[in-house]
Amino acid sequence: MSSSNRLPRLLLVALAAPASLFFAVLYLWPVVSLLARTLTLDSMRAAMHDSALRHVVWFTAWQALLSTAFTVVLGLGPAYLLARYEFTGRRLITALVTVPFVLPTVVAGAAFLALLPDSLDQSVTAIVLAHVFFNIAVVVRGVGGLWQQLPTDLTGAARTLGASPLRTMREITLPLLAPAIYASASIVFLFTFTSFGVVRLLGGPAHATLEVEIWQRATRLGDVSVAAVLSVAQLLLLGLTVAWFAHLQSRQRRGLQLQPASQRQRPRTSRQRSLVALTSAAIVVTVAAPLIALIERSLRTTDGHSLAAWRGVFGASTDQPARPTTGVLVDPLASLATSFRFAVMATAISLVIGATASLAIAALGRRGRVLDIALMLPLGTSAVTIGFGLLVAFDSGRLDWRASPLMIPLGHALVATPIVVRVVLPVLRSVDAVLRDAASTLGASPVRAWREIEIRLIARPLATAAGFAMAISLGEFGATSFLTRQGRETLPIAIERLLNSPASLLHAQGYVLATVLAALTFVIVAAIETTSNRVDRRA
Amino acid sequence: MLEVRELTMRFEQRVLFTQASLTVADGEIVALLGPSGSGKSTLLKVIAGLLDPDEGRILLGNVDITTVPTHRRDIGMVFQNEQLFPHRTVAQNIEFGLRMRRWNSQRRAERVTELLELIGMSGFERRRVTDLSGGEAKRVALARTLAPSPRIVLLDEPLTGLDRELHDQLARDLHQLLRTTATTALVVTHDRDEAAVLATRVVAFADLTPRLPLAEAGDLR
Repeated sequence: MSSSNRLPRLLLVALAAPASLFFAVLYLWPVVSLLARTLTLDSMRAAMHDSALRHVVWFTAWQALLSTAFTVVLGLGPAYLLARYEFTGRRLITALVTVPFVLPTVVAGAAFLALLPDSLDQSVTAIVLAHVFFNIAVVVRGVGGLWQQLPTDLTGAARTLGASPLRTMREITLPLLAPAIYASASIVFLFTFTSFGVVRLLGGPAHATLEVEIWQRATRLGDVSVAAVLSVAQLLLLGLTVAWFAHLQSRQRRGLQLQPASQRQRPRTSRQRSLVALTSAAIVVTVAAPLIALIERSLRTTDGHSLAAWRGVFGASTDQPARPTTGVLVDPLASLATSFRFAVMATAISLVIGATASLAIAALGRRGRVLDIALMLPLGTSAVTIGFGLLVAFDSGRLDWRASPLMIPLGHALVATPIVVRVVLPVLRSVDAVLRDAASTLGASPVRAWREIEIRLIARPLATAAGFAMAISLGEFGATSFLTRQGRETLPIAIERLLNSPASLLHAQGYVLATVLAALTFVIVAAIETTSNRVDRRA
Repeated sequence: MLEVRELTMRFEQRVLFTQASLTVADGEIVALLGPSGSGKSTLLKVIAGLLDPDEGRILLGNVDITTVPTHRRDIGMVFQNEQLFPHRTVAQNIEFGLRMRRWNSQRRAERVTELLELIGMSGFERRRVTDLSGGEAKRVALARTLAPSPRIVLLDEPLTGLDRELHDQLARDLHQLLRTTATTALVVTHDRDEAAVLATRVVAFADLTPRLPLAEAGDLR
């Protein structure tokens, strides 16, 4: 493009400014504040000599490893099934596998709390099971995608050379799937290592991950400096883990002749048919059981089932004392309204920031990379670190906005903006430069051409992005835990309060809210799926 | 001797072949000639045990092997697009079948050297298979199949995708190789000239199935 056809510099600056400011104030400044808290000898010494911390780190690591191992092993079966076989209902099963992954962590935790017998409450088993449920889609999608592209003749070759099915799996299939296995394992490890919502609901006082410990120390024990050391240590630890996995993956890269993914076969033998049927049934049961348990518990009373809890949440809350006198001060219905209000605000903020940032990044070309990468950082940072950082940064002096009602939507927007950018930017990048040139030759000024083409194009991805932002905000729990204020509880916060309250009467109301949140999430995700499918078909 | 008796194969409601019969005597190289998509490759996979037939029997040396799993059939197969194991070196690919048969490493190394010599690729042991040229990859695939001396070798379009000159050269080499190793082979191809060079006997794929009365053949379509 000739320089006279470029967009005016002022426009580019104006586009990049909101996102840059947003990132600097809400991400960079909090991280710097955390570092400043950490880099004192006292806080580091205090953390080093705390033997309870060693236990927490150890527990965080081994439960994450265990969860990852189980998720990978249990995910391989469904991955194989969905990659290799064509059968009635395959699309439905694929969608079902993904369901747990889109659920808010608190809902996943609540569902397992509802499903598992009391004997497993507050046990590592419960945590690991919930983690597997929550993350198995990562393995099924990730490994299945590569599996589908492995030529069937490659394993056939091994079989004709005398390798048994098991041996073929060990010597050919698994080594060739290794890159995808490592990639999904690393993602699952990150998710389970930084698990917060699930552990808060299922772990009980005996099981704290680093995330829970950070929250515990910062908000309950007032031990802010040790909590800061922990979050920085966790950032470093996660960075190292990611680097190690990336190293493993780079060693696994091979020149595979991948095939276009289109060779699923109908099961032919009765063994294959029963394999398909059994695995499908297992997937349906695994996904459905916790959700059904969730609904059942919302209806359960001490003597049978009724809509009492639902009525308690939605109905005549004025007739009875909605708020019990002890401990749990949370109004379920108000939390629903609060969540909606915050979600709308967070969505609006992230759309404005994300859209302008995407336009700027696309127009800046290579110079836009810095902003692109910077805006992705919050995605790789644990929610607890983000919430804690905001808490520390805006707690004092001139920037005492901690109690501001904007704080929570801003935090949510920080988590949602990277997703908005990831949805919008690819659409902008796919714009053929020739289109703009054509517009110019037809007499449009650079700004006019840009307005006619780019601005119109982002309407549709923005609608999709709005759905994602909404879902993220409604389900966000980690950062909100730090920023929440009395009377401004969001749905996830209210769910956790109700379910962890000693009064068992309130549990049913917690399950009601969890069911509502799950339903809201489904509706949003289904809407996203249908709109983006429509776009695909037009393309 | 390989005997295929009245094999029938349907695939997603389509009939690929009905009651196909064929005999390959020991030491014979039979070329199976037919247009692409006619079900020749499927027949090879049924013989190898990678697919189960809907009807019919397969006998190897008068023993019914129809229900024997692939890895116990001792039938070698050279696949279309070679299907070399990309995570293994040339030597590791060739010795794969020998490892499955529990040969010790010294014997395996000797056999690999011998085969590489036979295909004119001595010294290629430690090369990565992803770095080989098209012709080299095809020869390594053949060596890998021949290494454990299977009772019969099935070749599925073994020479497609090569330019003319290399193709003709390799066709002659392949024939020579199969003769010197006294290998019984069944080759599937759509190329009449290739079939003539490779084989000791050429059979048209369409002739495997009994000629049906016209009305009945019409029904199948």
